[in-house]
Amino acid sequence: MTDATLSVAAADLEAAARRRRILNLVVHGLLIAASVLMLYPLLWMLSASLRPEAEIFGSTSIWPSEISFEAYRRGWFGLQESFGVFFRNSFVIAVLSVIGNVMACSLAAYAFARLKFRGRNFWFAIMLGTLMIPYHVTLIPQYVLFLNLGWVDTFLPLVVPKFLAHDAFFIFLMVQFFRGIPRELDEAAMMDGCSPWRIYWKIMLPLSMPVLATAAIFSFLWTWDDFFGPLIYLNDMRNFTVQLGLRSFVDSSSQSDWGGLFAMSTLTLVPVFFFFLFFQRLLIEGIATTGMKR
Amino acid sequence: MPAPAAAGAAGAERAGRFARFWSANGAGYMFLAPWLIGFMVLTAGPALISLYLSLTDFDLLRPPNWVGTANYERIFTADAKFMASMRVTLFFVIFSVPLKLAFALAVAVALNRGIRGLPLYRAIFYLPSLLGTSVAIAVLWRQLFARDGLVNSFLATFGIEGPSWISHPDYALWTLIILSVWQFGSPMIIFLAGLRQIPTDMYEAASLDGASKSRQFWKITLPLLTPVIFFNAVVQTIESFKAFTPAFIISGGTGGPVNSTLFYTLYLYQEAFGFLRMGYASALAWILVVIIAAFTALSFLSSRYWVHYDD
Repeated sequence: MTDATLSVAAADLEAAARRRRILNLVVHGLLIAASVLMLYPLLWMLSASLRPEAEIFGSTSIWPSEISFEAYRRGWFGLQESFGVFFRNSFVIAVLSVIGNVMACSLAAYAFARLKFRGRNFWFAIMLGTLMIPYHVTLIPQYVLFLNLGWVDTFLPLVVPKFLAHDAFFIFLMVQFFRGIPRELDEAAMMDGCSPWRIYWKIMLPLSMPVLATAAIFSFLWTWDDFFGPLIYLNDMRNFTVQLGLRSFVDSSSQSDWGGLFAMSTLTLVPVFFFFLFFQRLLIEGIATTGMKR
Repeated sequence: MPAPAAAGAAGAERAGRFARFWSANGAGYMFLAPWLIGFMVLTAGPALISLYLSLTDFDLLRPPNWVGTANYERIFTADAKFMASMRVTLFFVIFSVPLKLAFALAVAVALNRGIRGLPLYRAIFYLPSLLGTSVAIAVLWRQLFARDGLVNSFLATFGIEGPSWISHPDYALWTLIILSVWQFGSPMIIFLAGLRQIPTDMYEAASLDGASKSRQFWKITLPLLTPVIFFNAVVQTIESFKAFTPAFIISGGTGGPVNSTLFYTLYLYQEAFGFLRMGYASALAWILVVIIAAFTALSFLSSRYWVHYDD
C-alpha cells in the first residue's frame, strides 16, 4: 500500500467521523428542543404559582419578576377545609393501599409461583383475565355493596379492596420475580421442615425487596393520582383527597384565583416528583420489564 | 340399622377426602385466600350482577324491574349522546394512540444511538407520563389552552390571535389528544428495552452489505420491534378507551362544548352517578367491555400478518 492510498483511507475515515459528529450534534439539538417543549408547561406552572397574580397571564416567560409565596397561602386556605386535610387524607389512603397491595399480592403471588395445589393453573388464568376487564363493569354493583355496608363517604371502599389483592397487576409482577428466585433455596428449607409460611416470610420476602419496592411505589403513585374512586365514594369535604380538593378548587374559584390553583396543583405533584427523583431506576426498570402502562 | 351406619361411613369418607384434599392443597388456598375472596366479592359477583342490572331499570332507590333488552335497544337506536360519546372516544383513540407511539418510537430510536446523557433525556421524557393522569395536569392543560393561556400568548408573539381552544368544539378534543401524546414516556421506555434486544451484529452485517441507515431501520429495526409495537398498541388503546380524568376536568364534568369531549367513560359516569340510571349505565359498561374485547381479539388476529416473532 502506498502512502497515497493510506492517506485517502485516513481522509475517508476522518470524513465519516466528522459526519457522525455532526449527526450527533443534530440529534442532541433535537432532543434538547424536545426536552424543553416537554418540560415548559410544568416549569411555567411552577413559576406562575410563584409570581404575583397580575403577572400570570399574557406572559410566556418562566422567570417571575419577583418571587412570592402569597398564592400558596391563599390556595392552602382557599376552601372550607384546608389543603392540609386533603394531604393527610390522600397520604393515609395511599399508605394503607401500599400496605394492602404489598401484603395481599405477595401472598397470592407466592401461592402461584411456588405452592402446588389443585386448580392453580385455572386460578392463575382467571387472575390474568381480570387484568383485562375494565373496572366499569364491576363499578355499579361494587358501589351498591359498599353503600349497603355503610362505607360510602369513608376510606374503606378505597382501601379494603387493596387488602383483597384487587390490583391483580401486582400479583403478576411479583409472580414473575418470585419465579426467578432459585428453587433450591426454598426446597432446602422445606427439607429442614420449614412451613410454607416461614419460607414466604423468611426467604421469599427478604429476597424480593426490589419487586416489593416497585409494587409499593406504583401503588402509592396510582392511589395518590386516583381521581375516579374518590370522586365516587367521598362526599364530605373533610374526607376529600388532594385530587378532589383540586377539583373543588377549579369549580369554586377558577375564574378568580389562578395563582392559588397553580400553587396547589404544584404541591399535589411534589410527592410524585419526589418518587421520580429518588426511585427513577426502579420505576423505569419496572416499566421496561413488565410493560406497565404508565 | 344399616342406613345411618352407611351414611356415617359416607360422611367419614367425605371428611377423609376433604382432609386429604386439604393437606395436599390447603397451604396454597390459605395464601390465595385474600385474592380469592376479593375475586368473588369484588370482581366475579359484581360482573354477574351488573349483567343482570343491565337488563333492568335499576335506579339505586327502588328495587330493579326487569326490562329485558330495552336498555340496549335504546342505546343503539335512540341515544344521541351514546353515538356522540362513541364518536369522540373512537376519534380520540384513533388519533392519540398512533401519534403517541410514533413519538415514543422516534425518541427511543434517537436515544438508542449510544447517545451521551441518555439517563437524563430518558428521565425528562418519562416525567410527563408519570405526572400525566393527575388532576393538576388537567388543570394546567385547561390553562395552557384557554383564551389567555400560554399557547395563545406564544402565538401572539407572532401576531396570531388564537381562539379559546378548550371551549371550541372543533379543537377541545385535540387538546386532550395533545395531552395524551405528551405522555409518550412509558411506551418509549418499553421501546428502548425492545431496541436493546436487537443483536448489533445484524446491523454490522447490513452495513458491510452496504445497507443505508434508513434501510436498516425499515428492514431490521422495525420488523424485529413489531412484537413490542403490538404490545404497546394494545395497552395504549385499552387505556385510551378508559380515559376519564382529563376530559372530566377540562370540560368541568359536562363533556362539552357540545359533547365534543364526552368520553365514553364520562357519559357512563353521568348516567350512573349524575342521573342514577344504574341499569342503563350497566348496559353501557357491558358494551364497553365488548368493544374492548373485540378490539383486543382483532389485534391478536391481525398480529399474525404483521408481527414478526423470531423463534
